[in-house]
Amino acid sequence: MPTIGVKRDLLFDALGKKYTDDEFQELCFAFGLELDEVTTEKQMLTKEQGDVAAAADASEEIIYRIDIPANRYDLLCLEGLVTALRVFQGKVKPPKFEFVEPAQRQVLKINPSTAQIRPFAVAAVLRNVTFTQDSYNSFIDLQDKLHQNICRKRTLVAIGTHDLDTIKGPFSYEALPPEQIKFVPLNQTQELNGVQLMNFYATHAQLKQYLPIIRDSPVYPVIYDANRVVLSLPPIINGDHSKISLKTKNVFIECTATDLTKAKVVLDTIVCLFSEHCAKKFTVEPCDVVQTDGTTIISYPELAVRTERISVKRANAYIGINEPANKLADMLTRMYLETEVDAKDGDSLNVKIPPTRHDVIHACDVYEDIAIAFGYNNIKKSLPAFMQIAKQFPLNKLTEQLREQVAQAGFTEALTFTLCSRDDIALKLNKKIEALPAVHIGNPKTLEFQVVRTTLLPGLLKTLVANRKMPLPMKLFEISDVVLADEAAEVGARNERRLCAVNCNKSAGFEVVHGLLDRVMQVLSVPWKTGGADKGYYLQATEDPSYFPGRCANVMYNDAVIGRIGVLHPSVLQAFDLTTPCSAVEFTIEPFV
Amino acid sequence: MSSPEPSELTERILKYLEGVEQVDSLQLAKEFGIEHQKIVGAVKSIQAHGERLLHVESVTRKSLELTEEGQAVAQGGSHEANVFAAVPEQGIKRTELLAAGGVSAQLGFSKAMSLGWLWLDRSVQPTLVRRKVGAIVDEVREQLLQLAELSAKDVAEYKKRKLLQELTIKSLLLSKGAEFSTTLTKLETDLTTDMLASGQWQQLQFKPYNFDALGAAPVRGQLHPLLKVRSEFRQIFLEMGFSEMATNNYVEASFWNFDALFQPQQHPARDAHDTFFVKQPAQCGPLPEDYVQRVATVHSVGGYGSRGYGYKWQLAEAEKNLLRTHTTAVSARTLYQLAKQPNGFKPAKYFSIDKVFRNEALDATHLAEFHQVEGVIANVGLTLGDLIGTLHEFFRKLGISELQFKPTYNPYTEPSMEVYCYHPGLAKWIEVGNSGIFRPELVLPMGLPPDVNVLAWGLSLERPTMIKYGINNIRDLVGPKVDLKMVEEGPICRLDHD
Repeated sequence: MPTIGVKRDLLFDALGKKYTDDEFQELCFAFGLELDEVTTEKQMLTKEQGDVAAAADASEEIIYRIDIPANRYDLLCLEGLVTALRVFQGKVKPPKFEFVEPAQRQVLKINPSTAQIRPFAVAAVLRNVTFTQDSYNSFIDLQDKLHQNICRKRTLVAIGTHDLDTIKGPFSYEALPPEQIKFVPLNQTQELNGVQLMNFYATHAQLKQYLPIIRDSPVYPVIYDANRVVLSLPPIINGDHSKISLKTKNVFIECTATDLTKAKVVLDTIVCLFSEHCAKKFTVEPCDVVQTDGTTIISYPELAVRTERISVKRANAYIGINEPANKLADMLTRMYLETEVDAKDGDSLNVKIPPTRHDVIHACDVYEDIAIAFGYNNIKKSLPAFMQIAKQFPLNKLTEQLREQVAQAGFTEALTFTLCSRDDIALKLNKKIEALPAVHIGNPKTLEFQVVRTTLLPGLLKTLVANRKMPLPMKLFEISDVVLADEAAEVGARNERRLCAVNCNKSAGFEVVHGLLDRVMQVLSVPWKTGGADKGYYLQATEDPSYFPGRCANVMYNDAVIGRIGVLHPSVLQAFDLTTPCSAVEFTIEPFV
Repeated sequence: MSSPEPSELTERILKYLEGVEQVDSLQLAKEFGIEHQKIVGAVKSIQAHGERLLHVESVTRKSLELTEEGQAVAQGGSHEANVFAAVPEQGIKRTELLAAGGVSAQLGFSKAMSLGWLWLDRSVQPTLVRRKVGAIVDEVREQLLQLAELSAKDVAEYKKRKLLQELTIKSLLLSKGAEFSTTLTKLETDLTTDMLASGQWQQLQFKPYNFDALGAAPVRGQLHPLLKVRSEFRQIFLEMGFSEMATNNYVEASFWNFDALFQPQQHPARDAHDTFFVKQPAQCGPLPEDYVQRVATVHSVGGYGSRGYGYKWQLAEAEKNLLRTHTTAVSARTLYQLAKQPNGFKPAKYFSIDKVFRNEALDATHLAEFHQVEGVIANVGLTLGDLIGTLHEFFRKLGISELQFKPTYNPYTEPSMEVYCYHPGLAKWIEVGNSGIFRPELVLPMGLPPDVNVLAWGLSLERPTMIKYGINNIRDLVGPKVDLKMVEEGPICRLDHD
C-alpha cells in the first residue's frame, strides 16, 4: 500500500477546514484511507536516515503520512486527495476534464525499432501551468509514486515531463544502439552516451535499480525532438535540456511503456491531477501519436468518460441496504462517480466513470463505492440463511486426536519452521541433498529459506538445543507437514503429514520413543504384527546414516515402510550442538486416516 | 565434638529430662558436649512425634561478652595504663613513646593525658612526656574483669570503645509434657499398601504434612500454545457450521495462488521480493484448460461485466510454482470444485487454518511463514450485511464484541473491508482481519451461477495469540527458540474468557 506525505497546513487550506488529528483520522477511516503517521521532515530525516546534521536544517512543518489503497492512483498527491475528499464531503462536484484544441497538435512518432525494447508511447500537453514550490514538488512526487506503484518501478511505464518551450516537435520515439545516443542527463553538465550513462549511474542510489530494465538490450529507447535534442532515455533519465522548473509554463508529458493500458492510465492520472494548475482549470491539450505503421494516428490522452448502467435493486441487494435511487446517485457522486437516475425506468443508475477512476472496472466496484458512501458501519447486520452440516478434513481431525494422545503420553509439542537450510536436512543428518526429494526455493534471502523440510527431525533437534536449560529428560513431538517432490503430484510436490518425536536424556532411551510408537499404534487400533499375521506394524532393522549403527529400524505398517526409529548418530547430535543422546521416531500418519 | 545420630540424641535428651524438673538447651549442649544447634534440631524432631511429649519454652537472654580487644585489655591492661607504665621517671620523647605501641599507644596516650596521668614538659627541647602522678589504678581493666558489676553507663562506654559486645542468646527451656516418654515411636511419612493390608495404620503415627509446600509437578506433555489457539479456532468454525478445506499443499501453482483470484500478473505481490518461488519443481503440471482460458480472457480483455486489466496474460507466468502466499489459493480450488458439482450448486461454508509463506522483511512480529485463518461462504444473493453479521458472530466467539469496518483495497475482493476491534488494554482500535466479497471476475469463470456471491475473511493466527498472551516477539512463540517452560506452564486456551 503506497504512503504519501502531505503538509498538514497545505492540506487543511485546500480542504477549507482545520481538523484535529483524530477528526482527520476519522475522515480517512470512513473514506478508506489511513492516517499512518503525524511527523515532520525533520523527524523523518532523523528517523529514516539517522542524518542528524541534515535534519538540523529540515523543516518542522507538520506532515501527514497517509496510506492510499493500491488501486487509487488518483489519490497519490495532494491535488487528487483534496479533490476526492472535498467531493466525498459533498463540498464540490467532481471536475469535468476538457480538451483544448491547439492550432497545431504536438506529434510523437513511434519508430518500429522500439518494438524490440519498449513498444508503446503516449503523450499530452498542459498549457499555461503556474507552479509554486509546493505544487512543483507535488508534481515530481506524483511521478515518483506512480513509478513505484502502477508503473512497477518503471518496468511497465516510464514518465518524462518536459518544458515544451525548450523543445520543438514533432518528436520521435526510437530505439538505437546505446553508443549512438548522446546527451547531457538531467542535472548533469557532461554529455554521455548510452554505455557511459550505464556506468555513470551504476552506483546512483535511486537510479541504479532501473538500469537492468534496458542495460543488456542491443538498443535503448530514446525520444528526440525535431532538432535531435534528447528529451529522455526511458526508463532511466530525462535530458537536462528540457527539464521543467518553477518557471515552466507549458509541459510536454510522454509515457513510454511495455503495457499500453497502464501507460494510458498513468497519462490520464497525471493530466487530470495537474490540469488543476492550468490557467484554464481542468483543460488538457491532446497530442497525436503516430503509430509504427507511419499512418495510424491515435490521439492522447484518452480522458474517456464511460457510463455504467447499474441496477438499483441489484446494488441494494449486493450490500444489504434498501436506499432509493436518488440517494444512491448522491452517494456515488460523492465518490467521484457522477450519477443520474435513469429517467425511463427509475430503477437504473447511469454512472459516469471519469478518467481518474480507472480502478472501476466492474459493477461491483460501483457497489463498493455505494457501501463506502453509505458507511460500512451503518450497514445492518444479517446472517446467511442456510444451514450446513459441517465436516472436518479427516487428516486434520486425526492430527488433532493424535496430538492430544501424544501429549498425554508425556511429550511436549513443538512448532517448528517449514523452511530450512539445505544443510539442516542433508549435511547435518549425514545425507546428500541431491538424494533427497526436496523442494528448492529459487529466491531465498537467507540460508534458512533454501528448501522446504523433508523431515520434522531438524526442527525438533533445534528446539532441544535452544532449550538446554530445561531439566532432562526432554521429550518433544510435532505432528505437521513435510513436503516431498513427487512427479505424480499435480504441482510436482506434495505434503506429507508426519508424527515425529524425540527423547533427549542422559541415555538415548530407544524404548521411550518405541513405547510412544506402540502407544500411538494402540490408540489407532493397529496390532503388533507377529508370526503369520497379515496386518499390523513392526520394526525392521535397517541402516540409516542419521542413526547409530545397529540401532535403527524401519517402522513397518502392513509391510510398507512408513517411517524410521532409532538412536541418533553422535555426529548428528554434534552437528546440532547437542551433548546429550537422543532417540527419535518419525513416520507418516496418512495411512491411518 | 562427637556427633551422635539424631535418634540417639533425641533419646539421650529424653533420658536426661526423666531425672530433672527442667533443663535449658544451652545447659544440655554444654553437658553433652555438642553444638547447641543440634540439640535444638533434636528437640524439634521430638516435637514432631507429638505435641505433648515435651513442654518447650523459648527463652531469650542477653549477655555481655568481651570483644577481642576487650579480652586483651582484661589480660594485659588498658592502653592508657600501658602507656603510663612505658613513661620512665625522667620522661620520654613523644615520638619514642608512641613508636613502640602503634595505634593502641596513640589511643592510650590521649586517654592518659585526658585522665591527667601525664603531662608535656615543654621547658626542654625536644618536649618530653612526663608522669604527672606517681601511681595509677587501671580501673578499665578491673571493671572488664568483673562484667557483672558494670553500670549501664559503663557498659555503654565500653561498647562504644568496642571493648564489649552484647549477645542475644536464644535457648529452649525443656520440661516433661503431659505424654512424656523416654522412647519415641517412629513416624510414618506415607500410607502404604502394607499398612492397609495389616491394618497397622490404626496404631501408627504419621508425620504431619507441610501444607505450605508445592506438590510434585505431574509428569506430562503439553500442547503448543499457538496450536491450542488453532484448535479453538477450528472449534469455533465447526460450531458455526463451516466445513474444513484440505490445505495440505504448500507448493502451489501461481495460477491458483494469483491468476484464479484475478490478481494481475504484474501485481507487486507476484514479485520475487514478496513471494517464495520454487526452483525445483519449477512448474506445475497441466491446469484445467477451459477454466484457464476463461481466466486468461477475464484478465486480458474482461468479461462477466468486467473490463479486465487489459494486458497480455501469459500461461508461463501462471505455471510458475511457489509456496502459497495465502490459503485463499485453496479457497479458489475449493470453489472451483464446488462449481463442478454434478447435482448443481449448493450453498457452502468453508474454513481453513494453515501455514502460508511470504518472502518479506522479518521483524519481531513477522516471520516468513505464519498461519492464516480463513472463512468462506458461498450462496445465492449473499450481501455485505451478511458478511458484517457473520464477522460479528465470529469475533464474538473470540471474546471481541466491538468491531468497525474500514474500506480497503484487495485485488480479489470488492467491496473490501478491514476489520478493526477495540482493544481495551491498548485503548485503541487495532486491525484484526481482512474481508470482502470475492470479485465476479474470480467467481464466475469458475462456473458458479451468476447470482452467487462469495463472502470471505481472513486473519493471522499468530497476531491474536500474541495479543492474547502478551507475547512481544514472535520467535518466543514459533520456531525452535520457543520457551518450552512457557509451553509447559501455559494455560488452556479460552478465547472468549478473560
